[in-house]
Amino acid sequence: MGVAGFILRRSAAAIVVLVGLSILIFVVARIIPGDPARMALGSVATPEQVEKLRNRLHLDESLPIQYWEFIKGLARGDLGESLVTRRSVSLDLIDTFPATLELVLAAGLIMVLVGVPLGIIAARYRDTAVDNVARLFALLGVVTPSFVWAVFLMLLLSFVLGLLPVAGRLSEAFDPPPMVSGMYTLDALIAGQWRAFWDAIQHLILPALALALAGMGQAARLTRTNMAEVYGRQYIEMARAFAFREHEIALKYALRPAMIPTLTILGLDFAVMLGNAFLVEAVFVWPGMAKYGVFAILRKDLNAIVGTVLVIGAMFLIVNIIVDMLTAYINPQIRLGRRVA
Amino acid sequence: MRRLFRSRAWYKFSRSWLSVAGLATILVIALVTVVAPLIAPFPEHVGIFVDFRNTEQPPGWLYFFGTDDNGRDIFTRVLYAYRVSFAVGLLVLAIAVPVGVILGLLAGYYGGLVDTVIMRTTDVFLALPPLVLAMAIMGYLQPSLFNIMLAISVMWWPWYTRLIYNLTRSLRHEGYVQAAKVSGASDLHILLKEILPNCVPSLLTKMAFDMSFVILMIAALGFVGLGMQPPTPDLGRMVAEGVRFMPFDWWMSVFPGLAILILVLAFNLFGDGLRDMLDVDV
Amino acid sequence: MALLETTDLHVRFELFEGMSHVLNGVNLKVERGERVAVVGESGCGKSLTARAVLGLLRHTNAQIDGSVRFDGSELLSLSERGWRSIRGRRIGMIFQDPTAALNPTFTVGDQLFKVIIRGGRARTKRRAREIAREALRHTAIADPDRVLNAYPFQLSGGLAQRVLITMALVNEPELVLADEPGSALDVTVQEQTLRLMRALGDELGAAVLIITHNLGVVREFAQRVYVMYAGSIVEEADVDTLFHAPRHPYTRALLEAVPRLTGEMLPQPIEGVVPDYTAAPVGCRFHPRCPHAQPACQEPPPVVDLGGGHRVACVLPEAAP
Repeated sequence: MGVAGFILRRSAAAIVVLVGLSILIFVVARIIPGDPARMALGSVATPEQVEKLRNRLHLDESLPIQYWEFIKGLARGDLGESLVTRRSVSLDLIDTFPATLELVLAAGLIMVLVGVPLGIIAARYRDTAVDNVARLFALLGVVTPSFVWAVFLMLLLSFVLGLLPVAGRLSEAFDPPPMVSGMYTLDALIAGQWRAFWDAIQHLILPALALALAGMGQAARLTRTNMAEVYGRQYIEMARAFAFREHEIALKYALRPAMIPTLTILGLDFAVMLGNAFLVEAVFVWPGMAKYGVFAILRKDLNAIVGTVLVIGAMFLIVNIIVDMLTAYINPQIRLGRRVA
Repeated sequence: MRRLFRSRAWYKFSRSWLSVAGLATILVIALVTVVAPLIAPFPEHVGIFVDFRNTEQPPGWLYFFGTDDNGRDIFTRVLYAYRVSFAVGLLVLAIAVPVGVILGLLAGYYGGLVDTVIMRTTDVFLALPPLVLAMAIMGYLQPSLFNIMLAISVMWWPWYTRLIYNLTRSLRHEGYVQAAKVSGASDLHILLKEILPNCVPSLLTKMAFDMSFVILMIAALGFVGLGMQPPTPDLGRMVAEGVRFMPFDWWMSVFPGLAILILVLAFNLFGDGLRDMLDVDV
Repeated sequence: MALLETTDLHVRFELFEGMSHVLNGVNLKVERGERVAVVGESGCGKSLTARAVLGLLRHTNAQIDGSVRFDGSELLSLSERGWRSIRGRRIGMIFQDPTAALNPTFTVGDQLFKVIIRGGRARTKRRAREIAREALRHTAIADPDRVLNAYPFQLSGGLAQRVLITMALVNEPELVLADEPGSALDVTVQEQTLRLMRALGDELGAAVLIITHNLGVVREFAQRVYVMYAGSIVEEADVDTLFHAPRHPYTRALLEAVPRLTGEMLPQPIEGVVPDYTAAPVGCRFHPRCPHAQPACQEPPPVVDLGGGHRVACVLPEAAP
């Protein structure tokens, strides 16, 4: 079994999961008591208005037919109409998705680039003061909800120290850069608008940091645990017996085997981050999909909820496939299959 | 009690003083929530209560954590909010653990179609960030203690199914399980008497960690307004409402935030200690 | 001056049960070019001795006392930097289980080149590859490039074992520590391993300290033997003397436990087990299992020199076999 086969199998499994997810979220949306049409229109609407909406949403059909209609729409990229914004849910999501993606990618980057090295250092200097400080830092990251981080960081960095802007994606002095990816930092770079880029980065730091700290702590703890496990293996003793340098062992010979189990969990942490984006966007008034989703949930906007959940599910699956590919890359036993010679 | 403190288990648990501190904190907070009506300085501030003369008071000797925009004592409200966190946390585990364990045992032991159906279903549940699913479900339900518990439980059981499934798969071929099978023991007997007891250490450790995650999740739901509804105190909601008064009335967000942090930290440290003591991986 | 000499080497670990005193004053010597075996039941501290000699215990919570001198200089006080001029260069080590001793996520070549470069034989990977190829051919590996490009799990046990031998010997060390070489593999591979080690050791003039529980290996491979029991050397002698005139009751018990092909007698297992190191017997650690035990055994046994390098740590060195 080669890499291609491995990836293909995982992708097929991901599609099955996505179909399952669409059924799950569809069923949850439909079987829960209460009439979505009535909920959407509020108590002042006339029965005729409610009936009309029910008809338009196919709510008067049987469940399988409703699901079929839903899937047909989905295939066309049509997620139905938002009952609140009165726009196509797909368009709403396309508008809001890049902001969330930008936030989550930035947070993911911090998680990996800070969390993993922190774990390596802790494992390398195990049971020393360095280790204890790193572990405490990681633990604080894990146990503090991202929205509490958001509040703390905002208080400290924006209000007390005045270093960073409090909310939004861009100062009013700037117009959003020409839309390419929808991510302001990237688009500003593409357009060569350096000052806008710097402004966008400054707006991005706080929310990304608040979102990243939990995952960062988790990544550091996990890396440390797995590194510690690898440090107990005989091949590390062997490397020492042949005078390999400690930093070589830490950064190469222990790191790679330790990253194999770590990567998978990092994928899961990324998923948790997608969830927490819902909270962080609310604090920093970040106009992303998560904020849109929360609003949809609070207003019982059926189509918008289903759409948001599906997009997040799809994003999560894509992340998992990427993680699987990386795992296959660093683990020769997957890449080559066992025992060739 | 003396036996406990002299046991090998306690030695391993207490090797890190942090685990002991975690356990002590949990015990203290649990006790405080039970006797909250007796020790809270202003029990009447839990419900609808307005005191215009004392709104937005900073922390001091009278109001340890300050007061909110209605003049209610934040310390009192935090104590009562802890009750909800504890109650929901325990109830979620009381639902999610048995359901998850039973399904995990069945899938792991019988394999085949049972395995496929159960484990692919967990895949679907695990394909979403837990918070998103819980929020989506809460979106359709009226916020209440029971519904919050239900929404969180719905997305929590698959983790236990996974855990028990993996353990069962590896235990299935152990000598003593095979021996029980050969000697004609019923499947029920094997599952409950041979396999389940060997899952207990992992289960306990995971439950300790999960208490902290469930508490986080309750707080998150509260934060977006899907938790306990006013006037019932809710830690997450208190943080969210305090954000509006930033930065001047910082205590309105900061103390409830710290309260969440401390409880979650305590369960995490306790879980670390249990893991070292029981020598399991979760 | 001996190439390697340990004097009163003690190793202790702190455990819940108390202080585990595993090595209890180990004295052993290896001369240049000599093949020496340390033999004993599993759990008697043999492997730990090898690890202590190579300074590998400094990454654990072990407390080490005594002295380990290599070519006249003290190893126990060496800095990490000092160790780098010894490990892999002047002392090579062969680990027991080749599947555990090779890193599964790197190719054999990557690891072997690193050994060569760290050993100061080459500066570039290219040069290291040339040396590695040559060295692998020397250990009767017909297609070195295939082995170098393979991952450890792609090699058979025998092949992997030969890679380990190559690593230990490629930098032409003066001393090779071999911890139960090949014993994780089948008997024929073990046989090959020993023959290869012997041939290569002779060629380089390297001394070999082999650690084993197998008296057959001792007889076939070693010139001199140390018998170890519960962290102490109980008897040392050249191989012939040890097999024909063993003096320590433990050595005799060990010899009687070996199955013989002549079938005269069933092997006699030794009664009892290696003691718990946190509560090791006082005095001679073997006395609870010893058929000749007497009150004097409660005291540390005297080391009696019987001449010709034959020493025994027992109050009854003259006891008739």
